[in-house]
Amino acid sequence: MTTMTMNRPVVASGYRPLTKRVQLTTLGLSVVVAFGIFFILDLGGATHNFNIIGAVVVAAVLDIILIYVLSRISEGRRKATDRLMTGLVTTAFLVTLLPLISLIFTTVVNGLPRFDIDFFGSSMRNVVGAGGGGLHALIGTLEITGAATLISVPVGLLSAIYLVEYGRGRLAQAITFFVDVMTGIPSIVAGLFAFALFAIFFGPGIRFGIGGAVALSVLMIPVVVRSTEEMLKLVPNELREAAFALGVPKWLTIVKVVLPTAIAGIVTGVMLSISRIIGETAPLLIIVGMSTSMNYDLFSDRMATLPVFVYTEYANQGMDTQAYLDRAWTSALVLILIVMALNLVARLISHFLSPKGLR
Amino acid sequence: MFSTSALVAGVAILVVLAAVAIFLVAESLPAFLANPADISSDGSGFWGLVGPLVFGTIWAAALALLISLPLSIGIALFISHIAPRKLAQGLGYIIDLLAAVPSVVFGLWGITVLAPAVQPFFVWLVDNLGWIPFFAGPVSGTGRTVLTVAIVLAVMILPIITAIAREVFLQTPRLHEEAALALGATRWEMIQMAVLPFGRPGLISATMLGLGRALGETMAVAMVLSPSVIISFALLQSQNPTTIAANIALNFPEASGIGVNVLIGTGLLLFIITLIVNSIARVAINRRKAFSGAN
Repeated sequence: MTTMTMNRPVVASGYRPLTKRVQLTTLGLSVVVAFGIFFILDLGGATHNFNIIGAVVVAAVLDIILIYVLSRISEGRRKATDRLMTGLVTTAFLVTLLPLISLIFTTVVNGLPRFDIDFFGSSMRNVVGAGGGGLHALIGTLEITGAATLISVPVGLLSAIYLVEYGRGRLAQAITFFVDVMTGIPSIVAGLFAFALFAIFFGPGIRFGIGGAVALSVLMIPVVVRSTEEMLKLVPNELREAAFALGVPKWLTIVKVVLPTAIAGIVTGVMLSISRIIGETAPLLIIVGMSTSMNYDLFSDRMATLPVFVYTEYANQGMDTQAYLDRAWTSALVLILIVMALNLVARLISHFLSPKGLR
Repeated sequence: MFSTSALVAGVAILVVLAAVAIFLVAESLPAFLANPADISSDGSGFWGLVGPLVFGTIWAAALALLISLPLSIGIALFISHIAPRKLAQGLGYIIDLLAAVPSVVFGLWGITVLAPAVQPFFVWLVDNLGWIPFFAGPVSGTGRTVLTVAIVLAVMILPIITAIAREVFLQTPRLHEEAALALGATRWEMIQMAVLPFGRPGLISATMLGLGRALGETMAVAMVLSPSVIISFALLQSQNPTTIAANIALNFPEASGIGVNVLIGTGLLLFIITLIVNSIARVAINRRKAFSGAN
């Protein structure tokens, strides 16, 4: 067998695979045609400004159709379908990137003008129109999220320990099932629950920070339980058995052996669950309300929080609309930055702290 | 001592869930028992008010699912089977980024960027396809329609469905895939024969979880939609059926007296609806324990 025949395998007559060059040419052609069409439309005044997203979409559709036709002619129906579906699936991915890019781009562009010292140094007390800041909201968010974490982590951690180390039978099954169900509670229902709970004791006008923390805990506990449970299950049974064989009691085994082994994963899970609740708006809108001044006290009066601040700045725009919108976008930017930072730290922790064997 | 506290914490979760149900029922009972004339001016009472809200909630969530599901399956397939191995994990992180964006930011983006951007397209739809009942005019001038809301919701539930679908697709037995390829299947035929059938139960539960999230989503809907309490299938008009969650968020701060009870009553209904949807999802997952990695 010569090199020639190895490079060119014998194939059924009429089958000529599309080369990379043909594919790239088709892509280039569709891009040129699509942008050409939109450019002409733009010059002719049919559209108001050059629609780059439209042009990209048309180019993608054109490319998929062209490739399909070419492949159908030279490679046959089955290969053509394969190329068509590959094209569609890739497009689905690219289409999804559009909102993500647009969202991050708009938030950064609109949020930067007020991303200044004033924003992090002042509250909205006595501010009408431009100026003012979100310090009161930032403090409120940190306090309420902190309180929610203080409630959720012990409960979540102990429940996970119960489920993995002690729980057998009906009760454990029920808890597992309801934790899963609890993951799906809509955030606004959690807010209503906190309101209903405190309204019974303090009357229907009740608004305070700790209520928000309770509402957020309802959302946070199941996430902590799930992630901790997964992590505890990863701890090898040999470690537990070795501890038992040395005569260590069960609770000490858990505290000294199981938890330290899984601690990186547990901390990661907690960080991720915090990042998930820190942006919640609806429950806080209901039970915490909104305030324009500083309020450090979780147990009395309304408090400002960043997500609610975004919402109210947008919903109640005063005379100077732009100033309100700017503050809303800046708070949104701060919120996104906090969430991203939490995510990043969580990933770093899980990368650097996990025991060597499990990395 | 230690085991007792662990047990107590576990039981506490059950107690909390029960408390959610009990307190919601307690606070919404007055709304159920009240004189219908006290609740709405036309005397239709609680259920007359709640009907359109339930419709709006399910309608918006269903539309969002309709948009999101094909995209999510596509993305999951792209990440699990089509993208180069080295890129796959990074691409997964990018999609997960969407899940990290707070819903209020989605709302802000939806109303300031998306609604103006899609409005000309809506005009075109009404002009050219207006004979289809869904696209009947008159078109909304702001773009704050139920279709815009559905697009925002679709983007929000996309990372959830994608994440689960991706896990499920990755769990397809390697041997099944290789067998299909060895028989001469193209990559798409392999996906059709091996990956999709294997992933179907996982996809069902992913869909249900996405639906549950879309049903309960509040801020994005409250901010983007121009709401009214009606039943209407038209997608592009300025009168749109609002959802339970958005209705609560918009009216709760100003509500008083029986109004609060009515809103809590609708919240209880939302709780029950999402509870049913999520339970279906969980049962679907639990039936195939192989998918335990998916949740």
